[in-house]
Amino acid sequence: MATAIKTDILNAFLDKIDESNFSSLKEKAQQRLRETGLPGIKDEEYKFTSILRKIEKSIENFSCAAASELSEEDVQESLPQGFSGDYLVINNGKPELNLSKISSQHYKVTLLSEAENQTLGSIAKIEKDPFTALNSASFADGLSISVDKNSKIEQPIFILLFNKANQGEVINSRLLIEIGENAEVSFLENTISLDERAYFANQVVEVKASPNSQTKYAKLQNESRNAITVNNFETDIHRDAVFTSTVISLNGDMVRNNLSLNLLDSGCEGNMYGLYLLNGKTHVDNHTNVDHTKPHAESNELYKGILTDSSRGVFNGKIFVRQDAQKTNAFQQNNNILLSEDATINTKPQLEIWADDVKCSHGCTTGQLDEEALFYLQARGLGRDQARGFLLYAFAGEIMEYISDDSFRQQVIDLVQERLGSQI
Amino acid sequence: MSKDNQILEEFTSKEYEHGWSVNYEADEAPIGLNEDIIRWISAKKEEPQWLLDWRLKAFRSWLEMTEPEWANVRYPKVDFQALRYYSAPKQKNKPKNLNEIDPELLQIYERLGISLNEQKRLQGIAVDAVLDSVSVGTTFKETLSKLGIVFCSFSEAVKEHPELVKKYLGSVVPMTDNYYAALNSAVFSDGSFCYIPSGVRCPMELSTYFRINAANTGQFERTLIVAEDDSYVSYLEGCTAPQRDENQLHAAVVEIYAGKNAEVKYSTVQNWFPGDKEGKGGIYNFVTKRGICAGDYSKISWTQVETGSAVTWKYPSCILKGDHSIGEFYSVAVTNNYQQADTGTKMIHIGKNTKSRIVSKGISAGKSQNSYRGQVQVMKRAANARNFSQCDSLLMGDKCGAHTFPYIDIQNSTAMVEHEATTSKIGEDQLFYCNQRGISTEDAVALIVNGYAKEVLNQLPMEFAVEAQKLLALTLEGSVG
Repeated sequence: MATAIKTDILNAFLDKIDESNFSSLKEKAQQRLRETGLPGIKDEEYKFTSILRKIEKSIENFSCAAASELSEEDVQESLPQGFSGDYLVINNGKPELNLSKISSQHYKVTLLSEAENQTLGSIAKIEKDPFTALNSASFADGLSISVDKNSKIEQPIFILLFNKANQGEVINSRLLIEIGENAEVSFLENTISLDERAYFANQVVEVKASPNSQTKYAKLQNESRNAITVNNFETDIHRDAVFTSTVISLNGDMVRNNLSLNLLDSGCEGNMYGLYLLNGKTHVDNHTNVDHTKPHAESNELYKGILTDSSRGVFNGKIFVRQDAQKTNAFQQNNNILLSEDATINTKPQLEIWADDVKCSHGCTTGQLDEEALFYLQARGLGRDQARGFLLYAFAGEIMEYISDDSFRQQVIDLVQERLGSQI
Repeated sequence: MSKDNQILEEFTSKEYEHGWSVNYEADEAPIGLNEDIIRWISAKKEEPQWLLDWRLKAFRSWLEMTEPEWANVRYPKVDFQALRYYSAPKQKNKPKNLNEIDPELLQIYERLGISLNEQKRLQGIAVDAVLDSVSVGTTFKETLSKLGIVFCSFSEAVKEHPELVKKYLGSVVPMTDNYYAALNSAVFSDGSFCYIPSGVRCPMELSTYFRINAANTGQFERTLIVAEDDSYVSYLEGCTAPQRDENQLHAAVVEIYAGKNAEVKYSTVQNWFPGDKEGKGGIYNFVTKRGICAGDYSKISWTQVETGSAVTWKYPSCILKGDHSIGEFYSVAVTNNYQQADTGTKMIHIGKNTKSRIVSKGISAGKSQNSYRGQVQVMKRAANARNFSQCDSLLMGDKCGAHTFPYIDIQNSTAMVEHEATTSKIGEDQLFYCNQRGISTEDAVALIVNGYAKEVLNQLPMEFAVEAQKLLALTLEGSVG
């Protein structure tokens, strides 16, 4: 992409920045953006995913979208059936605490603008990614969730994001989650597009997993066909803590997930699971990054994709093992099934190892359904379409198993079944 | 641990055995690079006008290109104006056969263990020996020419078979392919040319031995192998260079063309001077190697054993254009001390039912960095393409690094692509097992490494396999991680 367009878009973003709050962070982020610019396809990390080209086509108004009308009903409809836990509502990036339900005493939710928080921006560093910097330069407000130490929150906390933009506006949402020592908590997240209009949503989530804590974070991406989204998810995992992320991507125009787990101490464990079921022209790019810095840590990664029509899947999994991180165990796997002539997959499982006493492996496959398995099922009286649906569901099912909340898992399963049913 | 360190130290202090150099009278181009130098080289080699034009065109596009920086290697920039682009041993008369070659030059090769004297050689390998910029001699020429096989230096081919050279030169690696290929296209001095006519199975291994002798000289050779329909050839390449303090540049281009049903096997044992233990000196090995399986059912197989060079930047690739064609890549890359290697392959599936197989074994020791960078691309019309890739890394010592950058790009739903990679070290239990059975730690390491690399070494022709195995054992002597 021509540099002129890149600068034009960047300037359009920078022009609209409101510096009334978080001014020091915003200033630093702007300065960073002026130095690095926004990434085009010449940048290795954004080689297959030209967010800027999409923005150029669909986004007319670079200002932050204002909160749209949202009723209690909208919220209730969006929650999975049978869900009874707490939920937090974010409307076009702005927290709506009066629409949220916070019943548990074990965690506190505050607006980021209410009190200065030193952790903000220290986990999701502006140097990490230009889109993190862009969010840091322009977000209006966000939520800070802090879970008390030694507490176990039984019911998962549901984070609901509602997006609706006029004239293709920009939506910046920001979350800062701090999990206290020995705490145990599970988060669910779903983003709902309130209409079909295009928007650019740029989200940053920072998570601090304190020693010996256990956290699960499951995310559903089923936005409108015109949504352009970038999700920057940055996690610091401290000693003996366990963090598990599950990302299910079903819909959108272009979705880019930057997921980073920083394993900062011994004994910690990071797990990343992902499923992308794509059709139409949807483009989903999963860039994951695991950084092993200390000995005796473990990471597991499994991403699976089924692609049809002219959809495109990109997977880039990076495992980084630093010199100190001896006795590291790191596993990564990416499996893809292509169902149509026009679907494309670009995958790059990447290992960078600087320590010698480690066990690291990665595997990657792309192929079709096993003819023999199909035959086996057909020989037992299943129709070919049914047999295919069966096998595809089994392929995808492995990832959905990692969602621990029953009602949310059922919501995802229904969506996946509907999708697979329409494909075969 | 102290024993490990001691052994490691012993190992890192090992000297490069081909580090000597010889003084001989040389015919040299002035230092620097400009159009006049290219004209000078071209005139020196009595080249036709079209080739000079081709060189100049390459040079002009090179000027507009920038040095690639994406590779996982760090080195001080090469000053292209401080190099000498042509250096040739002076020979009084042009030798008509091997007996007339300056005995001093023959001695260089004798010392390397490569005898150009046909009677003294084991039957079965024809050698083209390249010293600095020119080919010194080619053996078994007559035997081969009876079968219609052309095996000679590149400059000879330009004179004697201009139509073949013109047809295939730059057809697989275009002159503007990349920075170093463009540079090579502009200044290449010599290399080997090999043509196997239709239906001929080459009865012996063809081999080129490259030696850099002169200081401050870059070596830019060009190899072109053409295997017509239904033919077969196995080609070997070996290389060494003297031990010098400054870095020397080696930017070669190898092009392979395989017609219908043809098979080409290309094996390399690369042992350029890797630099001393402080990382001083050594060869920059920036090589472009590519083959095209143009005809149906053709096959190109690359096997490489990379032990030398300070910096390696090399991706032997296959373009699988013909239906049912096969590409293979087998590689063992060993890095030690401050060596850096960024090597791998590209398999581009264009034809239907094409297959490729990648086996890459990286071994890093000392403070070296070893990267595998590969791409498997399945184009839209490449129905039923099949690929299997395996890249394993073995780490010895805690100051080295092993990296994997595989790119897998698939545009066809019938493709079956698998990739797997592992990283590990030699297990203490494995060593203990060997020790228990009376095998010393050093021998055990050699044993395990050879076993680890066996899948690749098995692909080498017999004579080369022996050399490679020795080289591997020697390079890794006592390096217990």
